[in-house]
Amino acid sequence: MSLKDILESARERGDFSAFVDAIPYARFLGLTVRREGESLITTMTFSPMLVGNATIPALHGGTIGGLVESAAVFQLLYEADQLVLPKIINVTVDYLRSARAVDTHATGIITKQGRRVTSVRAVAWQEDRDKPIATASAHYLVGA
Amino acid sequence: MTAFDRDRVLALMDQGFRQMVPHNAELGLRMIDCAPGMAVLVLPWNERLIGNPEKRVLHGGAITTLVDACCGASVFLRLGNPTPIATLDLRIDYLKPATPDRDVVARAECYHKTKNVAFVRAVACHDDRSDPIASAAATFMLSTKGKSVGHRT
Repeated sequence: MSLKDILESARERGDFSAFVDAIPYARFLGLTVRREGESLITTMTFSPMLVGNATIPALHGGTIGGLVESAAVFQLLYEADQLVLPKIINVTVDYLRSARAVDTHATGIITKQGRRVTSVRAVAWQEDRDKPIATASAHYLVGA
Repeated sequence: MTAFDRDRVLALMDQGFRQMVPHNAELGLRMIDCAPGMAVLVLPWNERLIGNPEKRVLHGGAITTLVDACCGASVFLRLGNPTPIATLDLRIDYLKPATPDRDVVARAECYHKTKNVAFVRAVACHDDRSDPIASAAATFMLSTKGKSVGHRT
């Protein structure tokens, strides 16, 4: 089954799990997705190998980057018509709080959907959604 | 002031940043060169880090992790003592997709430091620095007390 078929079927069924499982890096990070209204919430289940600072312990900043980038792409594919993976142009991640050794969640918000470029913001949090641990802003080349 | 003992520092840093950082170890990151305020890291090719299974291109998150680790290491090498640091922000421009089956090398330079903040720029490539995969800019909060910013690598 091609990625396009997996994505089409995910849209029809409203379940992106099979699509997420088709991305090796998403499996590596332990990502899962669930729908919440018009949003997809991506969860990175805690695993000891995600730790970046063993003494606190705190998650590696790179894993938070990977999570917010993934959440942004999933939201883009969830909302947009396109059936190919968008190409990332750039991403800026602001680290707001230390990410503790627990599950981390993230979701994306499409801020502008253009003909060639889509802008997505993403936010990540742990136990308290009102206390984000990171925000991100990313641009994707679409339809090209 | 003693001269920078590259081989000794490189051996210590290369070992330490995997032992202290489980995720660096999981990715098999290695430090292959260093100087005061400068670090070079290698991310070995790994099928598990693919972001596009049809084109077998590395996921941006894997590059982000390599660059974040490399930038942090360059700050440590600038400070010269084990001060806790925390990434404040990280911006990455993805210039071209990484080629499948090839290692990625990142080089970061901490080019300025104030009392509280360190400024870093970095580039990732395969083996030709004039043909980069990604370019990055990052800032780090510095702390001598640790608790105030929390140490996160």
